[in-house]
Amino acid sequence: MLKRTLLSAAALLVLALPAQAQQKVKIGYVNTFSGPTAMIGEDERWGFELALDHIGRKMGGLDVEVVFADDQMKPDVGKQVTEKLIQSDKVHFLTGYNWSNVLLASLKPAVDSQTFLISGNAGPSPIAGELCSPWFFSASWQNDQTAMAMGEAMNKKGIKKLFVLAPNYAAGKDMASGVKRTFKGEIVGEEYTRWPDHVDFSAEFSKVRAANPDAVWMFYPGAPGIQFFLQYNQSGLKGKVPLYSIYALEALTLPHIGEAAIGFQSPQTWVPDLDNAMNKKFVADFRKRHNRYPTYYSAQAYDSVFLIKSAVDAVKGDLTKKDAMRDAMRKADFDTTRGRLKYGNNHFFIQNFYLQEVIKDGEGNIRMKLLETIYKDHQDPHHDKCPMKW
Amino acid sequence: MTFFLEQLLNGVQLGLLLFLLAAGLTLVFGIMDLVNLAHGSLYMVGAYLAASLTVMLKSFVLGVIAALAGTALLGIALEMLALRRLYPRDHLDHVLGTFGLILFFNEAVRLIWGAAGMTLAVPPYLNGLVEVLPGVAYPIYRLAIIIAGVLVALFLYVLVQHTRVGMLIRAGASNREMIGALGVNINRLYTIVFSVGAALAALAGIMAAPILTVQIGMGENILILAFVVIVIGGIGSVRGALVAALLIGLIDTMGRAYLPDLLRLIFTARAASVTGPALSSMMIYLVMAAFLIVRPEGLFPVPSARR
Repeated sequence: MLKRTLLSAAALLVLALPAQAQQKVKIGYVNTFSGPTAMIGEDERWGFELALDHIGRKMGGLDVEVVFADDQMKPDVGKQVTEKLIQSDKVHFLTGYNWSNVLLASLKPAVDSQTFLISGNAGPSPIAGELCSPWFFSASWQNDQTAMAMGEAMNKKGIKKLFVLAPNYAAGKDMASGVKRTFKGEIVGEEYTRWPDHVDFSAEFSKVRAANPDAVWMFYPGAPGIQFFLQYNQSGLKGKVPLYSIYALEALTLPHIGEAAIGFQSPQTWVPDLDNAMNKKFVADFRKRHNRYPTYYSAQAYDSVFLIKSAVDAVKGDLTKKDAMRDAMRKADFDTTRGRLKYGNNHFFIQNFYLQEVIKDGEGNIRMKLLETIYKDHQDPHHDKCPMKW
Repeated sequence: MTFFLEQLLNGVQLGLLLFLLAAGLTLVFGIMDLVNLAHGSLYMVGAYLAASLTVMLKSFVLGVIAALAGTALLGIALEMLALRRLYPRDHLDHVLGTFGLILFFNEAVRLIWGAAGMTLAVPPYLNGLVEVLPGVAYPIYRLAIIIAGVLVALFLYVLVQHTRVGMLIRAGASNREMIGALGVNINRLYTIVFSVGAALAALAGIMAAPILTVQIGMGENILILAFVVIVIGGIGSVRGALVAALLIGLIDTMGRAYLPDLLRLIFTARAASVTGPALSSMMIYLVMAAFLIVRPEGLFPVPSARR
C-alpha cells in the first residue's frame, strides 16, 4: 500500500513538473561574455538585471527566469546557442544580441520557431528592410541612423573633406553608408579593416596623413575603439585632424582613453543626463550598484525588459497568446530611459538622436554630456523596404 | 616617398612586435618540442602584471622589470606543475592541454582583474613624435618597439650561439637523450628555456599594451600571426623567426597600404572596397601557403634528430 502511494505520489510529481515550468517567463539572453568585447556583454547584462530587480523579477504575475548564453562574438556560435535556448530551454523570449553579424545568423531559428527576438543593441539594415519579421523587435536603433546623425552634425561644422575608417563587417558597412547618406562633402579616403582582430592602425593613419582631410570619421566599438583613440593620440594626428566617432565613446571606453577624450563629440539616442524620471532612476541606481556611469548599451538592455514586460502583462501571463503579445509590444506602451517612444512598421523605434560631448564634470568624472538634438523623431531609411504593415 | 618610408617603418615595427612573441614560441617549440598555445596567455599575463605593477610601484621601468620577472616565475611554475607531464605525449595532447590553459588563464584574469580590461600608460618621455627623416615624424613609442625588438634579437643571438647555456640548448634541440646521457640535467634546462620564453612573451605583451589595450584574450589573435611567423621561419630557428616576422610585418602593412588602391585601378570602387580589405587580410596566409608548398621546412630549418 505504502509502495503504491509513494509511486503515485512520484507520478504526480512528474506530472506536476511541466506545469511548474509553465509558471515562469523564460528569457534566453545571448551576448558576448568572453573575449575582448566581453566588457560590453557584461555591461548590457548589468542593465538587464537592474531592470529585472526594479520590477521584482515578475511579469504578468509570473516569475522571470533568465538563461544566459555566450555567443563568443561569433555568428555560428550565436546561432548554435540560440537554437539550444529555443529547443532545450524552451524560452519564450530571446534578447541581448550586441553584434549585427551574430544577430543576422541567429534570426532565422527564432523566426522559424515563432519565438520573439528582441535586439538589445544590433540593428543591421536587412532586418529593418526586406528581412523584417513579426517575431523581431528592436530595443535600440537601426545601424545607419546614428551614422546619419553624425553626417548631419559634420555638415553643420563645415567639414568638406572626410576620411572614413570602419571595420570590415555588416555593421561597419551599414555605418559607413549611413554617414555617406547625409554627409554632403567629399570622401577623400575610405578604409575597411579586418574585424575584430585588427591590431595596428599605423598603416591607416599614414594614409590619413597623406590624404590630409578636414576630419576623420570612425566606427570602432569596445576595446578596438580604445586602441584606435590611443594610437590616434600617439600618431600625432590628434590636434591636427579632428576625429568624429560613433559608438566608441561611452562609460566603458572613457576611463581607458582618459583626459585625452575630453572634447570629442559623438551622436547617440541616449545620454546619461536625459531628463526623464525613468532615466534618472536608472542612472542613479546603476551608479550606486556598479560605481560608474551606465552606457547606452546598458540603457537599451534596461529598456528591453520593459518591452518584454509590456507583452507579458497584456496577456496576464498567458504566454500562448503570441499575437496579443505582439500587438501589445507594437503599442510601446511603457516608459523608457529615452522617454516615450513609438514603433515604425518594421519594429524599430522612431526616436531622437542627440549630439553629446565628452566633459569632465564637477565630481571629476569624465563622461558624456548632452549638447543638442540632431534629429527629432527620426525613422530609419530602410523601413519602406519592409513589407510588414499593421 | 615619405608615405612609403612611413609604411616601411610601420611594417618593421609590426614585424618586430611579432618577433618578440614568435621568438619565445619558436624556442619552446624547437628545443622542447612542445606546442604551447598558452604562449598568448603569458603575453596577456605580462601585460596585466605590467599595468598593475607600474601603478603600484609608481615607475614604468620598475613595473616592467617586475612584470617580466613575475611572468618568468609563472613560467617556471607552469612548466614544473603542468607542462612537464605533456612532454612524453604527442602534439595533439600538447594542443589540448595548452588550450585548456588558455581557458584557465582567461578565467583567472577575469577573476583577478575583472572583465573591463586595463590600460598601460606610456611614460611622458616615450610619448610624442620624433622626426626620423626630414618630413617623416614617427611616434617615439613605436621606435621603442623597434629598438626592443633589435635588442632581443641580439640577446638571443649571443645567448644561443656564444654561451654555455646556449650550447646546451642547441645540443638539447638536436638530441635530447644524448645530452641526458652526458650528465646534463635536461629538466632544469627545459625549465630555464620555458621561463625565458615566458619572459619574452611578457615583453611582447608589455610593448604591445599601450597601443593595443590590456584585455582578456588579447594574446589569441596575435598568436595566430606568431604561428604563421614560425612556420615560415622554420620551427625552432630564432634567426628564421626574425626574418619571417619582418617579412610578415612588411607584407601585412604594405598590403593594407597599397592593395586597396591597386585594386581600385582594376575594379570598380565598390568591388575594390569589398575585395581590398579581404585580400589584404588574406595576404599573409597566402604567403604561408606558398611557403608550405615550396619550402615546407621553412626558411631556416633546424636539423634535429627527432624530425
